[in-house]
Amino acid sequence: METNDVIYGINGPVVTVRNTRSFSMMEMVYVGEARLVGEIIGINDKFTTVQVYEETTGLKPGDPIYGTGAPMNVLLGPGIIDNIFDGIERPLKAIEEQSGSFISRGASVSSLDLNRYWNVKIKVKPGDKIKGGMVYATCPETAIIEHRCLVPPALEGVVVRTEPNGKYRIKDTVVVIKDGKGAEHELTLCQTWPIRQARPCLERLPATIPLITGQRVMDTMFPIAKGGTAAIPGGFGTGKTMSQHQLAKWCDADIIVYVGCGERGNEMSQVLDEFSELIDPKSGRPMTDRTVLIANTSNMPVAAREASIYTGLTLAEYYRDMGYHVAIMADSTSRWAEALREISGRLEEMPAEEGFPAYLPSRLSEFYERAGRVTTLNEKEGSVTIIGAVSPQGSDFSEPVTQNTKRFTRCFWALDKSLAYARHYPAINWMNSYSEYFTDLDPWFRENLGEDFIKYRNKITTLLHEESSLMEIVKLIGSDVLPDDQKLVIETAKAIRVGFLQQNAFHSEDTFVPLEKQKLMMKAILHLYEKSKKVIASNIPISNIISLGLFEKLAKMKYDIPNNKPEMFDGLIDEIDKAFATLTAG
Amino acid sequence: MILDYVGVKEINGSLIVLDDVEGASYEEMVDIRLDDGSFRHGRIVQIDGKRIVVQVFEGTKSISLDNTRTRLKCRPMELALSPEILGRVFSGAGEPIDGFGPVYPEKRANVNGTPMNPVSRIYPRNYINTGISTIDTLMTLIRGQKLPIFSGSGMKHNELAVQIVRQAKISDSEANDFCIVFAAMGVKNDVADYFRRCFDESGVLSRVVMFLNLANDPIIERILTPKCALTAAEYLAFECNKHVLVIMTDMTSYAEALREFSSSKGEIPGRKGFPGYLYSDLASLYERAGMVKGSTGSVTQIPILTMPNDDITHPVPDLTGYITEGQIVLDRDLEGQGIYPPVSVLPSLSRLMKDGIGEGYTRADHQPLANQLFAAYARVQDARSLASVIGEEELSPIDKKYIEFGKLFEQHFVNQGFNENRTVEQSIDLGWKLLSTLPRTELDRVDDALLDEYYVDDPELLSFDSIGGTAGSSEKE
Repeated sequence: METNDVIYGINGPVVTVRNTRSFSMMEMVYVGEARLVGEIIGINDKFTTVQVYEETTGLKPGDPIYGTGAPMNVLLGPGIIDNIFDGIERPLKAIEEQSGSFISRGASVSSLDLNRYWNVKIKVKPGDKIKGGMVYATCPETAIIEHRCLVPPALEGVVVRTEPNGKYRIKDTVVVIKDGKGAEHELTLCQTWPIRQARPCLERLPATIPLITGQRVMDTMFPIAKGGTAAIPGGFGTGKTMSQHQLAKWCDADIIVYVGCGERGNEMSQVLDEFSELIDPKSGRPMTDRTVLIANTSNMPVAAREASIYTGLTLAEYYRDMGYHVAIMADSTSRWAEALREISGRLEEMPAEEGFPAYLPSRLSEFYERAGRVTTLNEKEGSVTIIGAVSPQGSDFSEPVTQNTKRFTRCFWALDKSLAYARHYPAINWMNSYSEYFTDLDPWFRENLGEDFIKYRNKITTLLHEESSLMEIVKLIGSDVLPDDQKLVIETAKAIRVGFLQQNAFHSEDTFVPLEKQKLMMKAILHLYEKSKKVIASNIPISNIISLGLFEKLAKMKYDIPNNKPEMFDGLIDEIDKAFATLTAG
Repeated sequence: MILDYVGVKEINGSLIVLDDVEGASYEEMVDIRLDDGSFRHGRIVQIDGKRIVVQVFEGTKSISLDNTRTRLKCRPMELALSPEILGRVFSGAGEPIDGFGPVYPEKRANVNGTPMNPVSRIYPRNYINTGISTIDTLMTLIRGQKLPIFSGSGMKHNELAVQIVRQAKISDSEANDFCIVFAAMGVKNDVADYFRRCFDESGVLSRVVMFLNLANDPIIERILTPKCALTAAEYLAFECNKHVLVIMTDMTSYAEALREFSSSKGEIPGRKGFPGYLYSDLASLYERAGMVKGSTGSVTQIPILTMPNDDITHPVPDLTGYITEGQIVLDRDLEGQGIYPPVSVLPSLSRLMKDGIGEGYTRADHQPLANQLFAAYARVQDARSLASVIGEEELSPIDKKYIEFGKLFEQHFVNQGFNENRTVEQSIDLGWKLLSTLPRTELDRVDDALLDEYYVDDPELLSFDSIGGTAGSSEKE
């Protein structure tokens, strides 16, 4: 490859080229003899600025820079699922084979395996009219995911010829079409797409279906819709990553894209370990069969960290277009924002709040707005749900990344240090978290779980808020002086906190709880509350009720009653009734 | 052809700027010879065409605009490595300073290292028995983990680190594969000496590699110190198959050196003046802990950092906490009460603990016990804050029980002698015994089967006089 463009200056991951007109904004380039991957991020008549996705040690002024003429893009095709990529879609397993346990620079490997044969069924025949988004071929990608090859969105035409069903590699041509101008286009099993551009859809649908996570505090108290956005902010040690892992394991999306953006290497190896051992209860297959991992750990180059979020999103959108429900976990968006800040600093841009660039809010909104439940170009339904972890500096939620994220997400699961210190997991604080999806989702809950579900939820929320204001008093004068009905509120709220909100991710039954059981658990707690309230009204002291041991019983019902035996709750309620019968009789 | 460039264009702090330099490459090393014959070393940190910015490790004192000759060395900063480095002492920049001459290198490695491929990592599961109750039971140290000690000036973090080194001498069968890399960054002479003496006393000195950059050494070397130390550690672990424990003290000085360097380069500061890339920079150090496939060795890191003004939200502890797999936080109040080690249990955490304990590693009841201890001790804090308002007398009976539990917990569980080495079994049993001072109904984090087995119903058995009282007297080695 020939080029006249050479490096002029080098400062960390930022490289400048002088007096050139050959590049366009966001074009992908190769830098130096080692062909490090880079992207054009600034152009003026004197200097063109390149951010390099790899270590720049050893680069020299005068080293060549090669343009590619295309923006930073990813290769989309079968082989994505069950794979692990770095921030710019290079498969880490292939890199390991090439360069060993440590990632060397300029590793050139194809994103997807070019030599693997897929069992392809052709879905069109000569003469068919096809347009962007339609399926022309399918193949089983994993045991549970069927890969549907989609006509690139801008393309429209008539099928000229097809290959028979059979085994093909991703670069083999399987269908040829002729567009309106008479030009022929060859369709293979793969296509490319620029990562910073959202893939088109037909229309956006309202957020009326919940994403069921099996985590009680999320499903019941602060539900998220399929195609929704949520933020999980929390200081270190509050369990952001744990919550993300739980969601990735149990939420009812078809495909999970897990982006480890600037986080720990050992965490990624844990995900790899755990997900390959863990069996998805719905399909009976390992979790990895529906998971894509993107690992750009904190010590990998910072520019690739910035790209990793977009890479993940583009993969998610691609599967959405096939008609799947996809959930993407980004852990953590703060590291991505810091990567923006770092590069912005190297470019000597004028900083806004806390050194973050002024375009931080617009970048964040662009990112979260790519979520949504949509009708695809092929008139199927698909969704991308974004769940982003935020790591606020000094656990201070007023910092720019948290504040701006709050503006663009509709679900806010605030993790709380004091809950985490008391090992109350998930440490989602029920006072400052919120979900804006209630009104959108309530019809669904009403239809599938009955009016009661919403009633119970509201009652529980009220009790927790009452408790919180009572605790203000208790903190000042102790709980002994409270009247019995208020003591009951505190006792019940404790049962809600310990028995319901707190959930044990390491317990085989408790790690995932179906909605039906969640509802019955609320019912049992509220039943006890109502019963006690009546008894207290007739002047029986609360200590008598507490000594029945029913509150402890409720605290342990999550372990005692298996998920598949909801009828046992009837027994529990009977038991409560009987205990109260003896109390009032005695 | 080797060219000497005479003179410099500009001097700013520890940076010098040279013009008209041909063929310089990024992060290349340079030698600077002064007219008086002395040598300085430097590294290229920025290139703009033919103008280069060089960071001088030994500082720019007595450099003038034209008394230097600079020569490019055509290679990045490298460290000479061989198994012989064990027992040696180096400067922060990796030069031997113990008077035994240079290391005969088996290989040279770039001190920046290369990132470990996440798929090549082995997930750490093997716990290290430190013999310290709080750490073993509540924040277990795992081989391949990075677990920092968050401390403050004047607290006993150095003693704690030494105790960990001495007692974690790693199970005897593997003792020969065990070694220590010690990196001192901006610490006082006395502290470095204390560590050296303690290593000597516990007979491990021949297995220690020391990188010393003391408080009065140049700050640029300080920036290189942990990089050199970790390069040595990686070599020993992944090529010589040893279990390496890296102690890095004090990370706050390191970050401050980085800030000084960054501001002299004229970079835009982030929080508290620290450069915007502090997170990435710290991560490039901490992430070098771990284990990789194809090697039996491991790199475990215990960085020590002093929190300025005991503020855990200061950028250095804050960013460290986001990168490391947990933290051990020391508390000045406990220290004031004479409790050693003054580990503040609630904010301390080990993220890798859950997979390295329990059946097959320590004991099946370990995790539930730890959860219950944390939950109970959190209640103690609530009771105490209430007591500080209404007085202990006015507390409800159950809150009084918690206050009592809190005292016993701190005095007998947290507190232990500098030379006291408790087994995990002992620590766990002690934990159950302490929990038994609370009513059984309060223990809602453990299931009944475990309570049946471990809850001590008989108050006669709950005497704690024999434990903790022996601090300092037993098992002196």
